[in-house]
Amino acid sequence: MSEEISLNEEKKLWHGTYLSYGIGFFVSLIFTSISFLLVAFQVFPPEVLIYTVASFALFQAVVQLIFFLHLGQEGKPHWETFIFFFMLLILLIIAVGSLWVMNDLNERMMPKHMTTTHHD
Amino acid sequence: MTDSLIVHHTPEPHPDTGRPDPHQDYFSMRFIGFWVYLMTDCILFTTLFITYAVLHTNTFGGPSGKDLFELKLAFGETMALLFSSVTCGLAVLAAVHQRLRASLVWLGVTITLGLSFLTMELWEFHHFYSMGHSWRESAFLSSFFTLVGTHGLHITFGLTWAGVMVGQLLYHGLTVDTFRRLVLFSLFWHFLDLIWIFIFTFVYLMGVI
Repeated sequence: MSEEISLNEEKKLWHGTYLSYGIGFFVSLIFTSISFLLVAFQVFPPEVLIYTVASFALFQAVVQLIFFLHLGQEGKPHWETFIFFFMLLILLIIAVGSLWVMNDLNERMMPKHMTTTHHD
Repeated sequence: MTDSLIVHHTPEPHPDTGRPDPHQDYFSMRFIGFWVYLMTDCILFTTLFITYAVLHTNTFGGPSGKDLFELKLAFGETMALLFSSVTCGLAVLAAVHQRLRASLVWLGVTITLGLSFLTMELWEFHHFYSMGHSWRESAFLSSFFTLVGTHGLHITFGLTWAGVMVGQLLYHGLTVDTFRRLVLFSLFWHFLDLIWIFIFTFVYLMGVI
């Protein structure tokens, strides 16, 4: 009997509904298909295509975080959201830092303008 | 004067530690533990993504992503994983509404879709390998196989977990423990779908552009 009560209490802590899964599913389906078709038929010039597809992926990620992983819908001390944003900070430091360092290194090792070498 | 700031706390002289604390919320405790694991896993995938981003132009005379990737196959993998992500959510919803049979059926669909994803991925790996483009050929292929292979390994573990979940639901029925494990499995599976969106976009789509 006591187990039955706590099972019901646990169920209340989970936030999924048919609506949230439906929204998450259809948004992901539409955006994945659009980015696939855009790339398959090369609709835009490459530069534009890269930014479009990347922003679609980020948008899908946010939608899935909210509707599938129920980010920010837990109880009052929002621990999960807090942990997520701390992870995001670390992620950005690693990502931006590494790309910056490696691009800088490539630029110094193999300068794009080989004819005009600068010595400082 | 400062008396109002002092909190008078009198601890219980002989606290009964054998009894579980009624204010302790075990579900969210375990939930947070697993959530922290997922977040560290996210950092792992970040480092692999950055490795790929740095190395993907270093093909060492071998083929580049544009020569190798088949967009239709990657799209098929994406669809399989997206559908399995939703069916896994439906399995938890069925469990919430106390429908064990429906929950088991949805879990079965999730496993089938996950297996088809894994089959496509392994076929692709085998295809590359049999053409002579293994991870030893260039830095690009090493980072590609590491990134996509790590995701595939996670999927394999996820499928094992799903199989164990089916067994536990059949054997124990819906209890506090099995329900919690089912919810944590659904988190893990949605997380892998999220990672795959980035692999599909940043590896396959951008490789072909």
